[in-house]
Amino acid sequence: MENNMIEIQNLKKYFQTKKGSLRAVDDVSFGIKRGETLGLVGESGCGKSTIGRLLIRLIEATDGHIFFEGEDLRKMNDAAMRKMRRKMQIVFQDPYASLDARKSIFQSIGEPLRVQKIFTNKSDYEKRVYELMEIVGLARRLSNTYPHELDGGRRQRVGIARALALNPSFIVLDEPVSALDVSIQAQVLNLIQDLQQDFRLTYLFISHDLGVVKHISDNIAVMYLGKLVEKADYTSIFRDPLHPYTQALLSAVPVPSIDVEKKRIIIEGDVPSPINPKPGCRFAGRCIYSQDICIQEEPELVEYSPDRFVACHFAGKVGR
Amino acid sequence: MDNTKKLLEIKDLTIHYVTVDGTVRAVENLDLSINAGETLGLVGETGAGKTTSVKAVMKILPVPPAKVISGQILFKGEDILKKSKKEMRKIRGAKISMIFQDPMTSLNPVMTVSEQIEEAIGLHNPKKSRREIKKLSDEMLETVGIKAERSMDYPHQFSGGMKQRVVIAMALACNPELIIADEPTTALDVTIQAQVLDLMKKLKDKFNTSMIMITHDLGVVAEICDYVAIMYSGEVVEHGTREHIFHNALHPYTKGLFACIPNLYEDEKRLKPIKGLTPDPVNLPKGCKFHPRCPYAMEICSKESPKTAMMDEGHMVKCHLYKEGMADGK
Amino acid sequence: MATQSENIEIIEVKHRTQLQEIWRRYKKNTRAVIGLIMLLILIFSALFASVLTPYDPLETNYSLRLEPPNAEHPFGTDELGRDILTRILYGTRISLTVGLIAVSISSITGCTLGSIAGYYGGRIDNIIMRFIDVIMAIPGILLNISIVAALGTGLQNVMIAIGISSIPGYCRIMRASILSLRGQEFIEASKAAGAKDFHIITTHIWPNAMAPILIQATLRIGGAILACASMSFIGLGIVPPTPEWGAMLSTGRDFLRDAPHLTAFPGMAIMFSVLAMNLMGDGLRDALDPKLKD
Repeated sequence: MENNMIEIQNLKKYFQTKKGSLRAVDDVSFGIKRGETLGLVGESGCGKSTIGRLLIRLIEATDGHIFFEGEDLRKMNDAAMRKMRRKMQIVFQDPYASLDARKSIFQSIGEPLRVQKIFTNKSDYEKRVYELMEIVGLARRLSNTYPHELDGGRRQRVGIARALALNPSFIVLDEPVSALDVSIQAQVLNLIQDLQQDFRLTYLFISHDLGVVKHISDNIAVMYLGKLVEKADYTSIFRDPLHPYTQALLSAVPVPSIDVEKKRIIIEGDVPSPINPKPGCRFAGRCIYSQDICIQEEPELVEYSPDRFVACHFAGKVGR
Repeated sequence: MDNTKKLLEIKDLTIHYVTVDGTVRAVENLDLSINAGETLGLVGETGAGKTTSVKAVMKILPVPPAKVISGQILFKGEDILKKSKKEMRKIRGAKISMIFQDPMTSLNPVMTVSEQIEEAIGLHNPKKSRREIKKLSDEMLETVGIKAERSMDYPHQFSGGMKQRVVIAMALACNPELIIADEPTTALDVTIQAQVLDLMKKLKDKFNTSMIMITHDLGVVAEICDYVAIMYSGEVVEHGTREHIFHNALHPYTKGLFACIPNLYEDEKRLKPIKGLTPDPVNLPKGCKFHPRCPYAMEICSKESPKTAMMDEGHMVKCHLYKEGMADGK
Repeated sequence: MATQSENIEIIEVKHRTQLQEIWRRYKKNTRAVIGLIMLLILIFSALFASVLTPYDPLETNYSLRLEPPNAEHPFGTDELGRDILTRILYGTRISLTVGLIAVSISSITGCTLGSIAGYYGGRIDNIIMRFIDVIMAIPGILLNISIVAALGTGLQNVMIAIGISSIPGYCRIMRASILSLRGQEFIEASKAAGAKDFHIITTHIWPNAMAPILIQATLRIGGAILACASMSFIGLGIVPPTPEWGAMLSTGRDFLRDAPHLTAFPGMAIMFSVLAMNLMGDGLRDALDPKLKD
């Protein structure tokens, strides 16, 4: 706990819908150490983006704790939280949607500085914006351009510069490269890694792309239907996945190679609805190893071996 | 090579979009061919001209602004570009059909899935009775793994993966000879993508249909394609069998593409991105279009556009580094 | 520093503020500039009416009744022998004031209510929108009459009445725009930077929701001038001798056959000001949208 820069405990987010309670995030706990990257993977609707937004209180949790440097964010009032935002930032998936189309690049990057009233002096403010542009590799001449005039890669650099403006220590990266072409994606991933080293940043990297997550993360957490099913360091999770869902997910990734011989596990059916989920393991309905106990009892996330967590009744006994 | 065997052959196709801001050279001197029963992966990044090329095959380009400047598209030896609207209607859906990227928008929300498949069948089989058509439609749904009792459901009652299955059923309904799939799994989750790819592979073998698979994902190509064409700025820069491209990629762009992808099975500290950006199609560089980003660029690259060189049986590359007859890739 | 994929040029580039940027784009639009010049002409004639004409707008002269346009009276005279050009010039003051103030009242109130309703939603949205429904249910002229009846006649109250009766349009447009903007990521991004609701509404939502509001506002200015005229016509607006375009238009109707200039010139004046506002409104809408740049 002391080592963790950010830690969430029993975090829950339920949305009330007409059909019942939608459990977007259901009792999730994890921590991220300073300077480390936690990759959060899962398919659409598993609650990974919701966690990112809960963590920096863009939306309010239903229950649970979020500790940032030991302080409980959920107990902060609005003013204290606004101040706290200097330390925690977010980069969104779609840089086109996350930038105001009517604001120039300069204005967009400068906005956090203005709303937090960092500079009283105009020339200091301008200097800082140009400095940020330089850090993320945007030419100065682009300061008067608008988002629609830039390509995807440059737009995402603007999003990153914005997030860096307040010198944060923690950044949530919500699918930051998913909207980009592969050649540009690699450029932006390298930038993200460089920034982490230069500014000693802590990342929560949310993505559905396992290759990208593995490349950038120290630890990886896998989510399924609002639950954390497995968490481990990146090598263990790829070499020896314990949870049947992680195994299936890994085997489903198309690998750009024709030499890799791999065991294909095709799981049947679709992700069930997170509204009023059935008791028992959430994955039981699609799991090829499912037994009676899986339907009756929900498995806890337990420490299988040091720093390896898994939520499965048959962890280590199946699919290895 | 025997030309009669070819199902589709695109020769020297050039398509421009004429707009007020200038002429967008979307596709330039494109050569491509596909034989019966084969699957060709058309790989490239945004704006490479993949979708424009296949829309020309379907003759569904918006004209204007699109304009076919030159070239031929031979489907079973007949030029599609010379066909009348009426003749095209008989080809579309019946002989060539298309699967679009987004299953959410390619189905009509106010018609049941069965009605949509029946419509696709009915258009090309006016003599069949409603009952026969309905039976065919139900069979099609079963083939793609949807129970017939769900045939009267509306698209919103299906998940993304199921919708894409319905779209596939529609595309296959008239047993076409060629299917064009435009990023059919991009909008889907990985586990669902695996299901759909698996299904497409099975159906392709079952019906012996040829397929052009547009994708930006080399992983998908490795799964399903026999041949691969790499496109860059409106041109095919490399074309070969799956083995050629994956084992012996020649073009610097192809090599660059492989280097950018994070590898699941090996540890790499840093990715090796291709420097720079894809060129503006209104203002393409002279000579080889890739030369400003190419690590091996020579003087000639900025002056002359490279010619297609046949390196190996069926392995073609457009790059000044390679000359016909050179030992492959050395 | 991080590796850069792009060469950073040393060329000094000055970033422009948003206002400079909008003016730069506005200038490029010829029609918008014409609209602005037309408005300046109107303001000029309102301010300097007494210098521009030797006549008094209220002085009657029965020997010069219903004179057609001539050298001394370029727009002719009315049924009481007053110079029409003089009355139009003086009328600019009232008509422009009525148009601008009535529209300001309705647009500012309407946009504020619409913003609150759309941004916060829930119960407050329900309360505001039901109130708006009530206003909408009452025919405009009836509402104007009852407000003026309650507040008393006079120019000021007429403007308030006209303003209130056109609040619903703005409110509904604003609410709809905000509902579509509220869920967008750049709003969340601003929140993540620590922005307060007020900042988000004024700097992100309003500029993005402005286009339909501007169109509505410029179109409504002409409507407001005409509404004021009809109020005058039933004796609740401007009291007769005061020169006002709408009132001039309605009295002129009685002489339409013999002296068409009585209606033609005030009508043209109204048309001129509405056109000026429309040209400006269009220009402003385009200038606010960076996507239409160049």
